[in-house]
Amino acid sequence: MYSFDIERPTSVADAVAALADEDAQALGGGQTLIPTLKQRLAMPSKLVSLSGISEMKGISQAGDSLTIGGGSTHGAVAAGAGAYPALAALAGGIGDPAVRNRGTIGGSLANNDPSACYPAAALGSGATIVTNAREIAADDYFQGMFTTALDEGEIVTAVTFPIPEKAAYVKFEQPASRFALVGVFVAKFADGVRVAVTGASEEGVFRWTEAEAALSADFSADALAGLSLSGDGMIGDLHGTGAYRAHLVAVMTKRAVAAAG
Amino acid sequence: MTKVTMTVNGKSVSGDVAGNRLLVEFLREDLRMTGTHVGCDTSQCGACVVHVNGEAVKSCTMFAAEADGADVATIEGQAAADGTLNTIQQAFQDYHGLQCGFCTPGMVMSAAALLKDNPKPTEAEVRDYLEGNICRCTGYHNIVRAIMAASGQDVPAVAAE
Repeated sequence: MYSFDIERPTSVADAVAALADEDAQALGGGQTLIPTLKQRLAMPSKLVSLSGISEMKGISQAGDSLTIGGGSTHGAVAAGAGAYPALAALAGGIGDPAVRNRGTIGGSLANNDPSACYPAAALGSGATIVTNAREIAADDYFQGMFTTALDEGEIVTAVTFPIPEKAAYVKFEQPASRFALVGVFVAKFADGVRVAVTGASEEGVFRWTEAEAALSADFSADALAGLSLSGDGMIGDLHGTGAYRAHLVAVMTKRAVAAAG
Repeated sequence: MTKVTMTVNGKSVSGDVAGNRLLVEFLREDLRMTGTHVGCDTSQCGACVVHVNGEAVKSCTMFAAEADGADVATIEGQAAADGTLNTIQQAFQDYHGLQCGFCTPGMVMSAAALLKDNPKPTEAEVRDYLEGNICRCTGYHNIVRAIMAASGQDVPAVAAE
């Protein structure tokens, strides 16, 4: 690693102030950023650790929505988001137990890895990303691989999920990294179905609108018969071609619908 | 440099650390507590698992500064002061849950975290919990058997899977 200073503010306001310095970078749970730093792929002058900010932790339910603090770990969400079982299950399937005790939902969404699980949950649920400055709809938030609507120094302080009638997340794990080779989040609301896909597209997480229309009319795996995606623009690597990933999207979507019941 | 103070195995320790000092480096190189191992240094293998405020974490993927004020438990604190092994360690010995022993500190600390939250896990739950701990010697069967024994449950003669 290159050398850098580290600060541990205890409030969002102090963290925002610390991030105003040039080349300062926020540190969530560090489960992606620290390996990146070890490979010298990032060179911040200062890391601002968000792990000591208690106002960014915790899970609360208000009516039909669940709000999760941006500093909540995957383990905390897996244990505490029982009001939204598909979300709790997704969090409990990220990484391994020790990773889940450090990695955070805010960090995952700020990074927007094209194979991460949480972006599928946020986009598939139509969640609202709450920052220190504003609220951003998930449909506007994800802007391509590792790219989000966040400005420099902006912190994801919370995420609010509308709780659907039914939902499920199913991923096909890349066997070495256990990241999603393809993951599909399906959520059925009173006014329609949302389908979000991670791991597949070169543009990062996306909504499969044709599947949403078919499932909104008939929420069953059979409703997806005949629907397919093109392999163009899909990630192709040694683990699978774009066409293979496109095929997996349809298969995982059917499995997610079946799992949602 | 940042001054950090934390409790390690019940003792208060402090030191001045650079921002990029990893927790495992602080433990091994500054405190000279070399029981916690570094296998992969990429948060895959779990040889570096310690407990921070009661939760298992990979100490190669956390900065020492982030543990300021924390309660840290390492493998050195598992046995009694006179060297008597704790239940999990004794079960690893009884069931031959280690061969070269390199992964064992992390395995024991992960097992301790599992049994704290889930005192009577199923074999499948043990295997699932150990997803982030890699052993290149045993094939895992005897590790799983040791953890089942440490939980006071029947030990399968030949582990499934």
